[in-house]
Formats: sequence, structure tokens, C-alpha cells
Amino acid sequence: MKKEIIIAGFGGQGVLSMGKILAYAGLLEGKEVSWMPSYGPEQRGGTANVTVILSDERISSPVLNQYDIAIILNQPSMDKFEDKIKPGGILIYDGYGIHTLTDRTDITIYRVDAMDTATEMKNEKAFNMLILGGLLQVQPMVHIENVLLGLKKSLPERHHHLLPMNEAAIHKGMEIIQQV
Amino acid sequence: MTTDITLMKGNEAIAHAAIRYGVDGYFGYPITPQSEILETLMAQMPWQTTGMVVLQAESELAAINMVYGGAATGKKVMTSSSSPGVSLKQEGISYLAGAELPCLIINVMRGGPGLGTIQPSQADYFQTVKGGGHGDYRLIALAPASVQEMADFVGLGFDLAFKYQNPAIILADGIVGQMMEKVTLPPFQPRRSEEEIIAQCPWAARGRQANRQPNVVTSLELDPAKMEENNLRFQAKYRQIEENEVRYEEFLCADAEYLLIAFGSSARICQKAVENAREEGIKVGLLRPITLWPFPTKILSAYAYQVKGMLSVELNAGQMIEDVRLAVNGKVKVEHFGRLGGIVFTPDEVLTALKDKLIHA
Repeated sequence: MKKEIIIAGFGGQGVLSMGKILAYAGLLEGKEVSWMPSYGPEQRGGTANVTVILSDERISSPVLNQYDIAIILNQPSMDKFEDKIKPGGILIYDGYGIHTLTDRTDITIYRVDAMDTATEMKNEKAFNMLILGGLLQVQPMVHIENVLLGLKKSLPERHHHLLPMNEAAIHKGMEIIQQV
Repeated sequence: MTTDITLMKGNEAIAHAAIRYGVDGYFGYPITPQSEILETLMAQMPWQTTGMVVLQAESELAAINMVYGGAATGKKVMTSSSSPGVSLKQEGISYLAGAELPCLIINVMRGGPGLGTIQPSQADYFQTVKGGGHGDYRLIALAPASVQEMADFVGLGFDLAFKYQNPAIILADGIVGQMMEKVTLPPFQPRRSEEEIIAQCPWAARGRQANRQPNVVTSLELDPAKMEENNLRFQAKYRQIEENEVRYEEFLCADAEYLLIAFGSSARICQKAVENAREEGIKVGLLRPITLWPFPTKILSAYAYQVKGMLSVELNAGQMIEDVRLAVNGKVKVEHFGRLGGIVFTPDEVLTALKDKLIHA
């Protein structure tokens, strides 16, 4: 098993933490993992992205040309990464952030209305967990209990009261993802 | 951090490894992309556990001179910075080499010259292996390509520094500093006792005992005859290091017709390029220098008789290629591929460059 994933959006959307939780879950399952962020000023308002690789074998490059799965959360990221999804790969996007969808027909496309749902839930912080839930629904690459452990590990203890909310958001995301 | 196998950034791994290796002191000044080293050390508060001193100095100059002071007493001391900050430290580094003081310096490179960018680069190769500061000196230079090596090279760097009484440097970059991977942290070992330090470092300036001459730690020697003697001693030591401490890793070199040479995170990207090339039936191998000085000259010189060409792949405009060319001495064609100023090449770009510059050239 090897999954090469890009998660891309605006800084502040929880792109990097979503990747971190996925990587932690992979680690807990004994997989080789790598998490390579864009770092610096873009984390604070510009575009941010993270490459996450989960693999049964030693990972060579943390930097990739092409991805099995692209999770795209804003238009600039769609423009940047739509051509970099492997044929037969998967694109997951948030309906709110994207006005022009790719016209590629050789990939499977899913939509998660995470921003709208998070607004309905009156909890914008649930956004990235809704997306993560959607991903795990269509690509169950790690067990949900390890994702929850990963979440617990990556959240500082003072935020642990938010764990049930995040877990609920993951499950909600699993329900609302739909193939386009 | 309770478990020994964990997920962390390369920068964080350096901090944890330093505490676990019984380091006595860290002196630094924040700069992206390596600030997590200082941040992690501060968060771990090792002064409460091992007694390790962690100090944010007022500047890079202060930090490197604190390292000089600590090292002069035989303590295991270190500093870290990124390219512009390491430029500021060069005077101190030359003095440390001239006074034959063991210490560990870490450079998590970013794009330059000048203040440049905060994105990854390998453009400080020349600075690291060809001087940087003034005078005929060498740094033992280790180039980690993974988070695991970021942790491991802290111990290795100090071991070599104390073995040869010479500064060692870890030359990393923004990729290996910022990425998270699985890492097994080294086991805890206590800091050395004062008696152990005195036994290990009989040269150290620690307060004179009644019955011995004072130890003098200095790089100053106004008598040129004595200064030449000092230099000859340094050079003899450097030859010994070149003889004993060359480290490198080979990946699919045995049947290779072309060889990529890359260090640090570039080598990781090249490994993927080799995998992709092999799928196309192109016989490419990768030789990764782990020590940039001493450079793996002999093995490269041997491969010059086997391969049709070598590509030195670096995140710079062509620096290590000079050492590759010196090693093969014209026996085989050597070309360079790089991206500059913080842009990182992809595996595809490396493979395309290999085809354009060597296979179809």
C-alpha cells in the first residue's frame, strides 16, 4: 500500500493539521509516513499545502510530481494541482471554495460541502475534520480509531474537550461526501 | 515525549536528540526554517532534567562565541541557525577551528544570497566545505537526508568533533528541517561528570590545578614558525579524517550506466528519480555523500571507470559538482542540475535533466 496525497488550501483552514492527523494514524498502524509542509508566511493567510505519504515501504522522495489523491480547498490550489493528479487518481474538493472545477475525466471526483456544513454546525473549526471524514469514507486507508488517536496526539491537552466535536465532524464528513 | 518511536520534524528531532545525548549547552538565535530547534529545547526545559543549558543569545555572534567559551572548558556545546545566521557565525567558526575546539554547528539552509528566502536550498555547500571563515581549516560536515539522520547525526557529530578536536557541522536544509517522518530517538545518556570531562579533555581550560602548567585555549600565535607548526598539525589531522571518516550511501549503483550524485533532501528526490528511471529501463544509480567533508572521492573515482556520465544534482547553481569533477579528474563527463533560490526540483525534473544533459546529449 502506498498513498501519495496533497492537501491544499488557504492558511488557517487546518490543511497542515489534517495532514498531521493522517500521518499520525499511519504511524500508529506501523506504516512509513512523511509529512512535507509548505512553510512560512503562507501559513498565515496565503495558500498552504502539505504532502502526506503513507506507505508499507521506505519512502524515497517527500517531494512529488504527481499524487494519488488531491484534496483541494480553494481555487488557486485547484489551478495549481489539477494537472498533477495521477490518471485514475482521486480529487476531493470543498464546494464552497471552488468556482471552476477541473474538466479532467480520467480521475474520480468527490465533493464535500464542508464549509457550508461547518457554518450550519456553527463551528468553522470543524471544517478540516469534515474533509478528513470525507476522505476516509472514499479511501479508508487508516482505521478511524487510529485517526482519533492521531487527533488526540496532535491536539494540545488544553483542547482535548474538543475531541468529541472533532469526532462528530469526521462522521458527518463521511455522510456528506458525494461523487460528482 | 514518552515513546521512543514517534513522528516529528527534523528540527524537533535535533532538539530531542541533543537532550538525550547529554549535551551540556545550546546557544542560538531564531531564524526560519530552523526555529523549532530552539523552540523545542525551550519547551522541553532540559535544565530541569539533565541540567542542559538552553539560551537564546542576543545575536548569532554572541551565540557562536558562547559556544567557543563552553567548548574551551570541554563541555558538549552546540548552536544552530540558517544561512544568513551561519554567515554571521563564520568568524567564530574559524576561531573554533583554530583553537581546535570540538562543538556542533547546525545549518538548516535557506535560499540566498543575502537575506534571500526562507525556502529550502543547498547553496551553502561552498561555505561549509571550502572555508566560510578565514584560514586553512576544515569542518567535519554531515548531510542528513531524513528526520532519523537529523537525530542520529547529533551524536555522530559530537563523537567526531571530540575524537578529532574539531568543529563538526550538520548541513541540512528547509525540507529535512520542516518535514515530519517516523523517527527512533536515541536512548538517554547522562551528561558527563566533571571528572569525565577532565579525563576526556586534558586540554580544557577549567581552572588550574596546583601542579600543572595552565592550559591555554587560543587561535592566536604571533610567532609564524609556531603558527606554521600549528597549521601542519591541523593538516595532519585533516588527512587522518579524510582517511577514516568518509561516509556515503549507494542506491542501485552496482549495474549503473549513469550516476546521480546528491546530498541531503536532494538525494531523497533523486532516489525517486532513480526508481522512475529504472521503470523505464534506464540503468541509473545514486551515490549520496553523507560526509561532504571528507568527500567520498575514492568511490567516485572508481565509478568513473564504470558509468557513462555523472549528474551532480543540487539545490544550487553548481557547487558540489566541483568536488565530483576533482574526484573523477576528467575520466567521465560530469554535469550539474539544480534549481535556485528556494525552488525545489521534482523527481521528474531530475530525470529529464539526466536525459537532456547526459543520455541524449
